[in-house]
Amino acid sequence: MKTFNHHILRALFFLALLFYSSALLAEDSIPGKESGKKKGEESFNAGKMIIEHITDAHEWHIMTIGKTEVTIPLPIILIDNGKIVTFSSSHLGQEGYQYKIETENGPNKNKIVKVLPNGTTDINAKLPLDFSITKNTLSLFFSLILLCVIFISVARKYTRNPNRAPKGLQSVLEVLILFVRDDVIKPSIGKKYERYLPYLLTLFFFIFFSNLLGIIPFFPGGANLTGNIAITLVLAVFTFVITTFSGNKSYWVHLVNAPGVPWWLKLPIPLMPIVEIISVFTKPFILMVRLFANISAGHIIILGFIALIFVFGNINIGAGYGASVISVAFSVFMGLLELLVAFLQAYVFTLLSSLYFGMAGEEHEHHEEKAH
Amino acid sequence: MSMLTVIMDAAVNMAPFAKMGAGIGAGIAAIGAGIGIGRIGGSAMESIARQPEALSDIRSNMLVAAALIEGVAFFAIVICLLILFI
Repeated sequence: MKTFNHHILRALFFLALLFYSSALLAEDSIPGKESGKKKGEESFNAGKMIIEHITDAHEWHIMTIGKTEVTIPLPIILIDNGKIVTFSSSHLGQEGYQYKIETENGPNKNKIVKVLPNGTTDINAKLPLDFSITKNTLSLFFSLILLCVIFISVARKYTRNPNRAPKGLQSVLEVLILFVRDDVIKPSIGKKYERYLPYLLTLFFFIFFSNLLGIIPFFPGGANLTGNIAITLVLAVFTFVITTFSGNKSYWVHLVNAPGVPWWLKLPIPLMPIVEIISVFTKPFILMVRLFANISAGHIIILGFIALIFVFGNINIGAGYGASVISVAFSVFMGLLELLVAFLQAYVFTLLSSLYFGMAGEEHEHHEEKAH
Repeated sequence: MSMLTVIMDAAVNMAPFAKMGAGIGAGIAAIGAGIGIGRIGGSAMESIARQPEALSDIRSNMLVAAALIEGVAFFAIVICLLILFI
């Protein structure tokens, strides 16, 4: 078995080497020379492709067959001076339509602006409020529908036959739910854990399913939902609000007047209270940044490997094929790592949220610190 | 005279230096994360060697600590990305 794997690796290595060496032998390997490209076609811009796949968009681009782009145009919903305006995003590219995406450099760049009847746009006019169904919004709806369908069907099985052994989807989810409840939530929060159970379980499964959907490259997955800082901001704000509302008296007293801390850190300049108050805000902030950066970075790395294939392919088609061997191998490895990160980030978010809830509602026994 | 304009231009236009600073910052963040997670991994290996029955407990704690440290490193990466693109 060991020699079998060894031979596979050697074969892959020589295959890649063969394709790369064709780049040296071929005559049209001068970079910049547009060999075989039709007039008017842009060369591949890796940075633009990566940014396009990471950020939100007003249409869902599925694939490009030859010259035609297969996209799903998503509805645009604007509130312009109190009036609700809806239209399909395919109108945005048309000449002379009432709204367009501003391309000039200025404060309104890349936002939807209203086109005045004479064709120009007014920089100082108030922008219409954008409530469109974008790619991330549609992916959010899809995650919600997936969560509801899976969990309502599983919950129904439990309420109808409470004493039967779990089968199928139930057995998969029971493992995860019991793991989160018994190993993450109960030890962190203690006695009152049942109050926070719905929010924390929803949080865990929403982040987990959204991360997994982001790794699937075709519709309806593939939208970078949890890598959107607005989504993680909302989740962190929920955690912050619930922590603040579940803080009991000793939590607030500890913020301002932590016991066991010497008086000179609190009285002339209240250093300890300032540090504690800053930590109240940085803890949800870093929850937001951690999830956003982990998921976005994973997507950028995989997209970078794929872009490498096209960059090499533009120099020489043989080098492109050779690069694809290495890139696909690395992309598979990164994809497996992304699976681990998807679960781990959901676990860490839920663990830290439950730790914050536990610390906020903790009952301390006050012991006096006596000087030795 | 030409040297003076080059120096004046460099003093006013700091954008290339900002990009270089962003790159160096990202590298230092990677070093910090590497050292921290390496130490966690090392002590986790040692403790597994001392008590193999506690494997799953040690593994889950190691992953949690690694994720937390990676969060701090990503915070630095995000600041460097902000410098580069905004």
